Amino acid sequence: MRLISRIGEWFDRRLQIAAPIRDMAEHRVPQSTASWWYVFGSAALVVFLLQVVTGILLALIYVPSAGEAWNTLQALNHDVALGWFIRALHGWGSNFMVAIVLIHMTQVFLFGAFKFPRELTWIVGVFLLLMTLGMAFSGQVLRFDQDAYWGLGIGASMVSRVPFAGPAIVRLMLGGPIIGGATLSRFFALHVFVIPGLLIGFVSLHLLMVLKLGINEWPMPGRIVRRASYVSEYHALTQREGAPFVPYAVWKDLLFASFVLLAVMGCALYFGPFGPSGQPDPTIIRTVPKPDYFFLWLYALLSLLSPSLETPVLLIGPVVVILGLLLLPFLSGEGEKSWKRRPIAVLTVLLLAIALGNFTHLAQYAPWSPQMDAWSAATLPLPMLKRATALERQGALVFQGKQCRNCHSLAGSGGQRGPALDSVALRLTQDQLIRQVIQGGGNMPAYGKNLSPPETTALVAFMETLHPAGQPPARDAAREVVTRQP
Amino acid sequence: MTNDDRLSRRGLFMMIGILCNGLVAAVLAVPIVRYLMAPITRGRANGYLGWVSLGPVGQFPEGETRLATFRNPYVMPADGKTADTACWVRRVEGEKFQVFAVNCMHLGCPVRWFPQSGLFLCPCHGGVYYRDGSRAAGPPERGLVEYPCKIENGVVTIEAGELPTPGSTVALAGKRPTCV
Repeated sequence: MRLISRIGEWFDRRLQIAAPIRDMAEHRVPQSTASWWYVFGSAALVVFLLQVVTGILLALIYVPSAGEAWNTLQALNHDVALGWFIRALHGWGSNFMVAIVLIHMTQVFLFGAFKFPRELTWIVGVFLLLMTLGMAFSGQVLRFDQDAYWGLGIGASMVSRVPFAGPAIVRLMLGGPIIGGATLSRFFALHVFVIPGLLIGFVSLHLLMVLKLGINEWPMPGRIVRRASYVSEYHALTQREGAPFVPYAVWKDLLFASFVLLAVMGCALYFGPFGPSGQPDPTIIRTVPKPDYFFLWLYALLSLLSPSLETPVLLIGPVVVILGLLLLPFLSGEGEKSWKRRPIAVLTVLLLAIALGNFTHLAQYAPWSPQMDAWSAATLPLPMLKRATALERQGALVFQGKQCRNCHSLAGSGGQRGPALDSVALRLTQDQLIRQVIQGGGNMPAYGKNLSPPETTALVAFMETLHPAGQPPARDAAREVVTRQP
Repeated sequence: MTNDDRLSRRGLFMMIGILCNGLVAAVLAVPIVRYLMAPITRGRANGYLGWVSLGPVGQFPEGETRLATFRNPYVMPADGKTADTACWVRRVEGEKFQVFAVNCMHLGCPVRWFPQSGLFLCPCHGGVYYRDGSRAAGPPERGLVEYPCKIENGVVTIEAGELPTPGSTVALAGKRPTCV
C-alpha cells in the first residue's frame, strides 16, 4: 500500500490533478438531486463511451469503400469471432444513446433546468442532440446496404429541394454525381472523425458547465427563478442542505449506467446485429427502403403531408424546431421551474411524444405504401366469387391482373394506399364506378388507356358485387326515371 | 500594455504574429476550399455527364418497357457496384424511345414497371406514373426524369451520369430528349 501511495504521490507531484479531481468529485449538490431522475445525463455519457470503444473495434475490420464495405460487414457477422456481437453492441448502443439523450432532454425541460443561469448548458445540449442524430444517420449509411443506399437517395432528394443551391449541396453531400465510393468515404469521415471530435468537445463543455454552475436543484412549485437572486439562493441551498456528489449521489448514476450497459448487451445478445440487408447494388430495384427506427416518424410525416406542403415543411420545419430549441432559454429564462406549474410545457411534451409515437407506429406498417406483390400474392377469397356470373369472374381477373389490389384491399389483404373496396358498391353507383376507373382522380391514376371497354365492363360488374349481404348496392335514382319505358 | 491608447513594442510584435498567421490561414484556406468544392465545380463544367450505350435497338421489343443497366460514365476507384445504374427503356415504336430514370420524383426510391396496368409504382409513398413517364397519382410533383437519348449505329445511347433528384429538374428541363 505504501508503495502504491508513493507512486501516486510521484505522479501527482508532476501532474497536480489529484486536488482538482477531489474537489470536483466532492462538490456539494442539493440533496434533492440525488434522485433516479438525474441519472440520464451520465448514462448518455457511458453509452457514448461504449460507442467509442465498439466503434474502434469495428474499424479494425470495416473498410469504408463502396465496393468492399458490405463484404466486410458480412465478414464481421459471419467470419470474425464475435464480430456480430460487437456490431450488435454498436447498433443497439446507438438506439439506446438516442433514446437516453431524448429522455435526458425531456427531463431537463420538465425540471426547468434550462433556465438562468444554465441557458448555455441547454444550448450545448441541443447541439449534442443534433450530433447524436447525425451519428445515428451517418452510422446507418456506414452499414452500406440497400437501405443505406436508397436512404442516401432520399436524403439527396430532400436536400435537392433547397432553392437555387439544392443541386450543388447534393453534389457536396454525395462527393460527386452519384451515390458511390466518395459518398461512403465522406460519411465515414463524418461518423468517425468530425462528429465524434465535436461530440467530445461539446460533452466536455456541457460537463464543465454542470460543475461550474451546479446541478439543477429539484424544482419546487412556487420557488421562482430570478436573475438577481438565483445564484445566491442556489449557493445557500447547497450550503444548507447540500451533500458531496461522491458518494452521496454518484451511486445512483453508477448503478443506472451498469443497468443500461447490461440492457444494451442483452439486446445485442438476443436480437443480434442490424443487417446488413441486400447488397448496395443500384440495379437491384426490387427493394422497399425503410429508415432506421429513429427516423421512422419522419418517413410517416413525409407520406402524410400534402405535396404542396412537403417542401416548405422539409426545409423550414427543421430550422423552426432547432431555432425554437435554441431560443427556449431566452424566451423563458426565469419564473417557475416546476412542471406542476407549467401546464404548457407538460402538454408540449405529451403532444410531441404522442405525435412521434403515432408516426413511428404508423410507419411500421406504412399504410401509404402500395403492396407491390399483392396483385399476385393475395388471392381473392372464394366466397366472393360464389354464384358470380362469368362476367363478374372475368372482372375479378381484371381486378387482380391490373394490380388494383396493390393499393386497394379486399377482405383485409392488399394495399391500403387507396380505400378498401369490400363495400365499394354501397358508395358508388355503376356510372360513378366507371368514371372513377377510367378517369381516376382523388389520388388514383386514370385507367382509361390501360383498360379495354370489355375489361372495364367486367371490372365494374365485379365491383358491383362488392357489398355486404342484405345491403343493396347504390343505384342512381334518376337513371330509372330516364330509362323507364313510356 | 502599459498605456491603454498606445501599443507597446511587444504588443505590436504580437499583433504582427497574429496577422502573419491570419494571412497564412487565408492562403491555406484557398486550396482547402477548392478541394472541398471539387464535386460542385466539376459538375458545373458538365464534367460528369457522358453518353452511354444501353444495348442494340433489337434488344427492346416494340411497345414494351424494359429495365436496362449501364455503368456510370464517371467512376471513382472505390465505387464498386454503386456505379452501375438501372433505367427503364420504353420503345414506343420503331426508333422512338423513351428512357426514364428509376428514381421516383418524390424522394428518389426506385419505381417498378407493371406492364399489366401500364403504370410505374413507387414502393415508398405510392407515387404512380403512366407509361410515358408523366405523373399519375401520389405525392410526386412531376413525371419521371427522362434521359436525353439517341440511336447510334443501331444502339440505344443516353446521356447520363448524375443522380436524378427532384431539385435537379431545372437543370434537366432545357435538354430535349432526341429519340422521340
